[in-house]
Amino acid sequence: MSTILIIEQVLNGLQSGVMLFLMAAGLTLIFGVMGLINLAHGSLYMVGAFAAAAVAGVTGSFLLAVLAALAAAAAAGVLVETLVIRRLYAADHLDQVLATFALILIFSEGTRLIFGSFPLYLDIPSWLSGPVTLPGGIQYPLYRLALIGVGLVVAMLLWALIERTRIGIQIRAGENDREMIAALGVDISKLYTLVFALGAALAGLAGALVGAIQSVQVGMGEPVLILAFVTIVIGGIGSIKGAFVGAILVGLTQTLGSVFLPVLFRLFLDPATAMSLGASLANMAVYILMSLVLIFRPTGLMGARA
Amino acid sequence: MIRERYVNAALLAGLLAVPLYALLVDEPFTITLATRAVILALAAVGLNIALGWGGLVSFGHAAFFGIGGYSMGILAFHAQNFMPLDLGFMVFDGTKSMPVIWLVAIITSALAAFLIGLLSLRTSGVYFIMITLAFAQMFYYFAISWSRYGGEDGISIYIRNDFPGLNTLVPIQFFGICFAALVLALWLNARLVASPFGLALNAARQVPVRVQTVGLDPTRLKLVAFVISGAITGLAGALFADLNRFVSPSMFSWHLSGELIVLIILGGVGRLMGPVLGAVLFVALEHFLGGLTTHWHIALGAILLGVVLFARGGVIGLLCGPKGQS
Repeated sequence: MSTILIIEQVLNGLQSGVMLFLMAAGLTLIFGVMGLINLAHGSLYMVGAFAAAAVAGVTGSFLLAVLAALAAAAAAGVLVETLVIRRLYAADHLDQVLATFALILIFSEGTRLIFGSFPLYLDIPSWLSGPVTLPGGIQYPLYRLALIGVGLVVAMLLWALIERTRIGIQIRAGENDREMIAALGVDISKLYTLVFALGAALAGLAGALVGAIQSVQVGMGEPVLILAFVTIVIGGIGSIKGAFVGAILVGLTQTLGSVFLPVLFRLFLDPATAMSLGASLANMAVYILMSLVLIFRPTGLMGARA
Repeated sequence: MIRERYVNAALLAGLLAVPLYALLVDEPFTITLATRAVILALAAVGLNIALGWGGLVSFGHAAFFGIGGYSMGILAFHAQNFMPLDLGFMVFDGTKSMPVIWLVAIITSALAAFLIGLLSLRTSGVYFIMITLAFAQMFYYFAISWSRYGGEDGISIYIRNDFPGLNTLVPIQFFGICFAALVLALWLNARLVASPFGLALNAARQVPVRVQTVGLDPTRLKLVAFVISGAITGLAGALFADLNRFVSPSMFSWHLSGELIVLIILGGVGRLMGPVLGAVLFVALEHFLGGLTTHWHIALGAILLGVVLFARGGVIGLLCGPKGQS
């Protein structure tokens, strides 16, 4: 087990962690501000990926594709918020679950109707492909490194938006007391649409960026959605900082677990058993992490309220 | 309340009449479809006890459904392959007898529900939803890697298990078994809700603090409800496995947990027949819309949206008005 491999895997873990953060940040904002459980968040991720693949197919430009993903996901978010979601804020969590589950069905099948059942592919642009040499002589894919960079920049921008701008103040106030900020003259329904669109755009961005290293297909949002929920629950629902910590923890646990657990088990088990046991435990590791966090801190690492 | 009683009776009568009619006109597939609806209804009735009356939104009931399924799969697997199951303290031949399988399914899923509930009830709200999901996912990945019992491919059972005095291979007879189990579960559910325990559970869902002041432990009440709930869903899992003669890790998947929740909300949360109506509607929609177009999920989604937006309290709520004092 060389140090190079370990560093490589840590970088992989960070990369999947920051992408997860893009998903989780929107989910946790929407829950924190509007009190909405949005199962359809994974569909917005899928919308972003498909929009990117379609635009890249026509124009050949990766930057345009990413912009298209942001725009398409935000537009889908605004549409869904004004038509459906708006009526659910006062509703029971269970009604929200059923309605957003219905939205998943409509989004998935609608996408299949437009693009067919075959996966699309989004290519890494030439100026981001190939390996780079990191200090210490480690070869690492430039694209993945760029993803880590983009994720960190977005996290910083989001932090600045929430902590340093007027809209951020309104969002934070909305988390604490909706009636009060409505009484102070803030147009609360416009604010909600804005927050939803912001969350949707982040999900779309993640979909487009990850779409270039995986295939773009119907249903791609669902596993990510579950992981994003796990992430915000570990971090504490409603907390952006918690979502970041949770996302990095989940990303690292998943990546490092799947590489090192089988190796670890090989020390005292025969190779075949070690392989299968290690792989299954690696898949379980994230959920074991979440249940441990919840058993000892029932509202997540940084959550204040249940 | 009286109207709900009529709707409930009509629903059960209809559920019994459809397969009998299918038997008359010789359409065995319809009987299988009805059996599927009944088994899903049974699983959802189990979940409804935790979700509707205990207020415990479990997103992990697939765990119990799967445990029930694997109880059947493992016992029948050893019996059909003549490979005795060495339990360490005793050697067991496996079994093809349904009553024994059900007993094992109920006990193991109740035990799992006890352990999962004990840990999960430390949390509440959305955190409870997610921790139950986490436990079900652990079972899911465990089943995938359990290569002794088929891993990802699951276990196929060649011949349906036996029930004394009946030929379970005849679709209508197997339907009868499942229908009887459903009616029994509904009876138990109704008795439970009307009992002192049910009243205390109802109170524990609404105002736990007051329940505590009269000297009851709300967490313990909820735990008992969760165990009963898990046991019923486990039994449904064993029946479902027998219906398909196949068990696979997908019985543990979060899709299934979500589907059970959807069935209940569609029918009506905390209503005795809510899950039954939900399951019947869901299976019927799946069948008829699926026959019309391959893109039937869009129509299904639109119908579900319509129910949430315009029929609060599910379809039972639409038919019988809001939930009465019960």
